[in-house]
Amino acid sequence: MTPRRQRMVLVALVAAGVILSAGLALRAFQENLLYFFTPTQVAAGEAPDGRAYHLGGMVLPESIQRDPGSLTVNFIVTDYVHTMPVTYSGVLPDLFAEDQGVVARGRPDANGLFVADEILAKHDENYMPPEIAEALAQAEQGEAP
Amino acid sequence: MSAVPIRSRLWRAFHQLGSPPYVYRLAGRLAPWLGTMSCVLLAVGAFWGLVLAPPDYLQGDSFRIIYIHVPSAYLSMGGYVLMAVAAAIGYIWRMKLAHGVAVCVAPLGAWFTALALITGGIWGKPTWGTYWEWGDARLMFELLLLFLFIGYMVLRMSFDERDKADRVSALLAVVGVVNVPIIHYSVEWWTTLHQGPTLIREGGPSITMDMLIPLLIMLAGFSLFFGWLLCKRLQGEILRRESRTRWVRNLAAEAAA
Repeated sequence: MTPRRQRMVLVALVAAGVILSAGLALRAFQENLLYFFTPTQVAAGEAPDGRAYHLGGMVLPESIQRDPGSLTVNFIVTDYVHTMPVTYSGVLPDLFAEDQGVVARGRPDANGLFVADEILAKHDENYMPPEIAEALAQAEQGEAP
Repeated sequence: MSAVPIRSRLWRAFHQLGSPPYVYRLAGRLAPWLGTMSCVLLAVGAFWGLVLAPPDYLQGDSFRIIYIHVPSAYLSMGGYVLMAVAAAIGYIWRMKLAHGVAVCVAPLGAWFTALALITGGIWGKPTWGTYWEWGDARLMFELLLLFLFIGYMVLRMSFDERDKADRVSALLAVVGVVNVPIIHYSVEWWTTLHQGPTLIREGGPSITMDMLIPLLIMLAGFSLFFGWLLCKRLQGEILRRESRTRWVRNLAAEAAA
């Protein structure tokens, strides 16, 4: 083998080794790399027990209930399979709304109510002007009975 | 058209790209074109994106940071791949000029990575409600990319001999390239606060045409701007590496005369 050939093989081996070990490492830390758990994962007992975690999903339409006297708000997070009720006291992000993505950090109490100490809004990958969003919403309403 | 077969012409082009005086002159000729074109595209794209494009139905005007954030993030990853490929070519073929390209890309890539992280945070506050979330895979691996660029530069600094620095830092550059696909797929492999890809996804871009066109113009403008800076830096790097050669001395004598 020429020295150049040797260097080529070395670079290829280094790259292959790094890809392999990165793949194994990421697989091993799979759960730690999850930023949030969906209500379905929580129902399946995959969420960490006894410490705070992030719960993520969509805000169920018509589920937001604001307590008139305080900053407390109750709503339901859904992944369209399972749901989980959430309670939170504090300022909500501007993009928090029904049918929008949300991430809540906290832990469930004994009754299964998720007590959040932080609420973040999750945005999706769709970008469009207001007129098109309106037209889409109207079209959707037209289809519904 | 000359009668020379295409194959040998390509081979000659490859060899010419290994010749410092040739690349020095090539970079000098390309730089003004890249500079002019990038300024025009950036001006048109910025005006189109920041003024003419409609606001987003949900985020309003804050979405407009996409016109800086996405090109920066794209160049941070594209820059790293360029640096790693150049370093690998330099390592395998002992081509000093290729190491020089990697050296020039590193600080540019680091700055665009920093810009992507900073603009992402500025956008994250009004959108998510936070500047930064530890534990989000996309954010973590992009931060790791910044450390890889900085690590490459710091590692080079620890060697007195340039040849040794070239060889060792090239391996770090190659090792780190595994991070680039991880950054891209992080939002699909794991649940993240960062949303999924808008441009490179199944079913085409999920952004309307009147918002997409200025983004594509900005992507082209940023890329040419990157190329312009790279040409200027590469000229400097070549002069530094070749400072003892006759052609550089002649060049200096011409400039002094």
